[in-house]
Amino acid sequence: MAHPMPSLQPHHPPLLPPLAWFGVALFAAFCLLAVPVLHLAVADGSPWHLSSYFVTLGGKILCYAIVAVALDLIWGYAGILSLGHGLFFALGGYAFGMYLMRAIGRDGVYHADLPDFMVFLNWKELPWYWAGSDHFWFSFLLVLLLPGLLAFVFGYFAFRSRIKGVYFSIITQALTYAGMLLFFRNETGFGGNNGFTDFKRLLGFNITSPEMRVFLFALTATTLIGTLLLCRLLITRKFGRVLTAIRDAESRVMFIGYQPLWYKLTAWTLSALLAALAGALYVPQVGIINPSEMSPANSIEIAIWVAVGGRASLIGPILGAVAVNLAKSWFTVSFPEYWLFFLGLLFVTVTLWLPGGLVSLWQRHQGEQP
Amino acid sequence: MNMTSPVPEELLFQGNSSLGHPLIPGVLDISHRVILYLEQVTVSFDGFRALNNLTLAIDAGELRCIIGPNGAGKTTMMDVITGKTRPDSGTVFFGQTLDLTAMSEPDIVSAGIGRKFQKPTVFEQHTVFDNLELALCGDKRVRHALFTRLQGEQCDRIAEVLQTIRLLPLARQQAGRLSHGQKQWLEIGMLLIQEPKLLLLDEPVAGMTDEETEQSAELFLSLAGRHSLLVVEHDMAFVTKLNSRVTVLHEGSVLAEGRMAEVRNHPRVIEVYLGR
Repeated sequence: MAHPMPSLQPHHPPLLPPLAWFGVALFAAFCLLAVPVLHLAVADGSPWHLSSYFVTLGGKILCYAIVAVALDLIWGYAGILSLGHGLFFALGGYAFGMYLMRAIGRDGVYHADLPDFMVFLNWKELPWYWAGSDHFWFSFLLVLLLPGLLAFVFGYFAFRSRIKGVYFSIITQALTYAGMLLFFRNETGFGGNNGFTDFKRLLGFNITSPEMRVFLFALTATTLIGTLLLCRLLITRKFGRVLTAIRDAESRVMFIGYQPLWYKLTAWTLSALLAALAGALYVPQVGIINPSEMSPANSIEIAIWVAVGGRASLIGPILGAVAVNLAKSWFTVSFPEYWLFFLGLLFVTVTLWLPGGLVSLWQRHQGEQP
Repeated sequence: MNMTSPVPEELLFQGNSSLGHPLIPGVLDISHRVILYLEQVTVSFDGFRALNNLTLAIDAGELRCIIGPNGAGKTTMMDVITGKTRPDSGTVFFGQTLDLTAMSEPDIVSAGIGRKFQKPTVFEQHTVFDNLELALCGDKRVRHALFTRLQGEQCDRIAEVLQTIRLLPLARQQAGRLSHGQKQWLEIGMLLIQEPKLLLLDEPVAGMTDEETEQSAELFLSLAGRHSLLVVEHDMAFVTKLNSRVTVLHEGSVLAEGRMAEVRNHPRVIEVYLGR
């Protein structure tokens, strides 16, 4: 050819833009420095003291934020709307809750070796699937393995059968509902409708001590940052571009030689693992896990956080989870009967007038600048 | 997953070895200059013969136009070549050795036949560059997509194709914001980057402006030689401009073949197609 060879540099998007790094640093400083100091070092009577209520509430909301980011990875980028992520969240919580139940030891109401609810049911020994649950690392492994395996198997069959869109969403709803019904049964061996509660210690430390509370809060904040960076890393790689291509035109992706099944399955399983991890962090902070965490409404609420914050942005779902849950905490105290109306209204409003969610306000602002 | 050998050995036409052709599995044999043979191909749907004893041969490096009225069997012919439709009888050979009627659709693609559909489908949310990156041949597995980055030479290859399809200045633009014609070129680029031997183009200039049509003609003429092209088109001005061999289809078989000037004066062609 007569033309000189054109040169084009590979374009590698940064892991995070500078402004986002600044935001992450600010968030880390607040969660890892300010909160511990304000809770532990500032005296109780001081107006600067951060009460245990707020630390626990904050930790709980950060757990929700992790699930929201996990859902965004598959909904925002792969176009797979899961309305059953509460199941993975709860399974992670239950797996870790088993360890916490065993760690109570003989300090329960009945001073028995078995967890209280088993004594109450007149069980004489631990069911076989509770074996090993007294070891922290084994339980930690279970937190990841169980929901991960369930997600992998379920996802494999669903994606292989090319189940998509609203059909997939409905099946995930059914899955979490089935999970809830199963866990409600006393015979299942996870405490029935009461679930697990009355935890005493974690790795030998008092679970209700201020230090433990702050530690769990900081650990959750760190996990959230890690989740954000991991998901962002995935979507800046070619993997992410294939994933969004599958979202936009799946058959075209197959036509150029990709197998969407494995891409979807990777993102889906990872998303479930992150949700399970969030569940495991949630239980020691909130102090209870029961089957209502698997209720269909809970999973729908997760999708609302993501929609409110803004899909396919990773940051948006964090904002959405925080904003909606702060509003929920305030509403359920001040106007408990109106909360669901407000949530529905919020969802309709965002869908109609702000389809890009909260982050699109910022993007719009950026777009106006020259 | 089937990158190593695009064509399973049992699918190769074994009979040719006695004629002195060395059989190399998966390698296209165009030693007889012909890249695509359709011989006595018949396809019927519920008694209607979409293709009726169609016989057609395309040379390697040739640019061939196919014209014909609606229902002449143009799209069915494309479907047979790409393996989407199986013929009731007849043979379809890619080169001397590859029997397309016995190969799966993905195998036909990896053997070197690329097809552009009428409606352009590009990834609208991706940049022009990313569209080509996705279409680039190579490892398409998850592991590869997670852990490797684009190499310099792959980037050069993308730039080369971008130059060919005249979209180099728009490399970083979102594909959804391209004009209709530019999307068509991008899609052709996505085919070109997979280095096909034979390109099937179904009404490639439909909906293009005059200027875009003109540029498309230049593009296709520049591609001929390095690739073989089979263009199905209704736009007579465009076909005239390409100035290549033209095959007129009518009721599933070849009515006439030759240069546009010859075909245009063919009495039967005037009667069934051009005259009205």
